Amino acid sequence: MTKYKFPRIFLKDVHKSFGTKKVLQGIDLEVNPGESLVIIGGSGTGKSVMLKCILGLIQADKGIIQVDQQEVLNASRSELDKIRHKISMLFQGSALFDSLPVWENICFALLQEKKITRTQAKSYAAEKLSAVGLPADVADLYPAELSGGMQRRVALARAIAPKPEILFFDEPTTGLDPIMGGIINDLIRTSVNELGAAAITITHDMASAKKIADRIAMIYKGKIVWQGPAKTIEKIDNPYIQQFIHGRHEGPIKVDIK
Amino acid sequence: MSTFLANIGRFFLNFLQGTGHFILFMNQSLMIGIRPPYYARQILKQILEIGYFSLPVVGLTATFTGMVLALQSYTGFARFSAEGAVATVVVLSVTRELAPVLAGLMVAGRIGAAIAAELGTMRVTEQIDALSTLSTDPLQYLVMPRIIAGTIMLPVLVFVADIIGVFGGYLVSIYKLGFNPGNYLHQTIQYLKAIDVISGLIKAAVFGFCIAIMGCYHGYYSRGGAQGVGSATTNAVVSSSILILIFNYLLTTIFFDK
Repeated sequence: MTKYKFPRIFLKDVHKSFGTKKVLQGIDLEVNPGESLVIIGGSGTGKSVMLKCILGLIQADKGIIQVDQQEVLNASRSELDKIRHKISMLFQGSALFDSLPVWENICFALLQEKKITRTQAKSYAAEKLSAVGLPADVADLYPAELSGGMQRRVALARAIAPKPEILFFDEPTTGLDPIMGGIINDLIRTSVNELGAAAITITHDMASAKKIADRIAMIYKGKIVWQGPAKTIEKIDNPYIQQFIHGRHEGPIKVDIK
Repeated sequence: MSTFLANIGRFFLNFLQGTGHFILFMNQSLMIGIRPPYYARQILKQILEIGYFSLPVVGLTATFTGMVLALQSYTGFARFSAEGAVATVVVLSVTRELAPVLAGLMVAGRIGAAIAAELGTMRVTEQIDALSTLSTDPLQYLVMPRIIAGTIMLPVLVFVADIIGVFGGYLVSIYKLGFNPGNYLHQTIQYLKAIDVISGLIKAAVFGFCIAIMGCYHGYYSRGGAQGVGSATTNAVVSSSILILIFNYLLTTIFFDK
C-alpha cells in the first residue's frame, strides 16, 4: 500500500450532463493509497455516475480523471482495460450473472483471464464464500436461488476474488435489514484492510458510512460540498452535513419532489 | 401546419439518428468481435439455443407449409390441367422462398425476442456494466457469439426446413391427392437446381445475422426497467422481421433477376 506516492484516484473539475440535466458540475476528489473514502449524498446527486465515470463506463464531458496517474478520459480501449484490471466493483443490485452458478460468478474474472482452471475455480470460490460467511454448498446455486443478503455477499466475494487494488461499493447496504447491513459493512472493512486496497463507497446510510470510512465526502448537486475525516463528521458545523445526518427537511439541501 | 412539418422533421431526424447509432453498433461489434479472445463456450451455448432448440418450431412450420402448398397448388393448377407441376412448384417455393422466410420469421419471434430480453435485463440490472468491470468486453462476450451462432445456424435450420417442407408436400400429394410416388420424386428433382437451394441458404445466413444483431442492439441499449425491456423485445422482433422481408426481396433480385 505504501508503494504509491500519489493519489490512487484523482478527479479535478469533472463535469457530466445528460441532455440538459447537469449531473456532475465540477467534482474535485482524491483517494489515497489504502484509504477508504465514503461518499454520502441524496438520491440523484451524481454519486453512481461519478463511479461509472472513473471506470470509463460513462464518458465524462470534461475534467481530469486519473487512476494511478493514468488518464481515464479519452483513454483507448486497452488503456481502459489496464485501469479496470485494478478495480473491482460491488454494484447496488449485486449484478450477478443470472446464467452462471455462484462459483462461476465469483471466479469470472480469473476464468476469463485463464488464471485458474475450472476445477481450481470451484475450490477458490468456496474459499471466498467462506470469507464472506457463506457455506461452500452455495457455490453450485444460481443467483436467483439466493436471498438479497446472500446475493450481496456473493457479489462482495466476486469483487474481492481477483484481489483488486481499488474497490468501489455502490450502496452496499441498500435494501438489506440492519443486521445484514452491519455484516456487509464489517465484511467490506475487513476486505479493504486485508487487501490494502483504496476504496470508494457510495451510501446514504450514515451507520454504514461511519463504519467503513476513513474519510467522508458529501456530494450535492454534482459537487463535493464537504470532505473530512470520518471521526469528525458528528461535530462538523456544516449545514449540508448537519441536515443530511439528522435527516432534516429544513436546510440548504432542497429535495426535488416533482 | 408548422407542427405537422415539425413532427415529420423530428421523425426523420430520429430515424437518421437511430440508423446511424445502429450502424456504429454493428461496426463496433464486428471490429471488436473478430479480435481475440473468442468465447467458445458462449458460441456453443448460442448454437445450441438458436439451432437445436429452434428445430421443433421450424420443423412444424415447414411441414405444414409444404402440405398447404401442395394442396393449394393442386387446386389452382387443376383449373388448367397442370397438376403435374405441383412437385416442382412445391420444391422451388420451399427452397427459394418459404423455408428461409418463414424459418427466419419464426426464429426472429423466438430468438430475436429472447436475445433482446436477456441483454435488456442484463443492461437494466447492471450486469453488462459488471462485465466491463471484470475486464470482459460485452461486445465480445455477449454480442459476437450470438451473431456467429445466428449466422451459422439459420442456414442449417433452413436446410432441414427444405427437406421437411418438401416431405410435407410429398405426403399430401401421395396420400391425399393420389400422385404416383416415383413420378412425384422424379419431378421434384428434375427441375431443382443447386442455386435454388444455395440462394435460400445464403438468404438464411443474412436473416440469421439480422435477427441476432437486431436482438443484441435493442437489448444492449435497453433502458427504463421492465417497460424498457418489453419495448426492446418488441422492437427487436419487428425490426428483424422487416429486415428479413426487405433483404428477401433484395437477395431474390440479385439471384434471380433476369
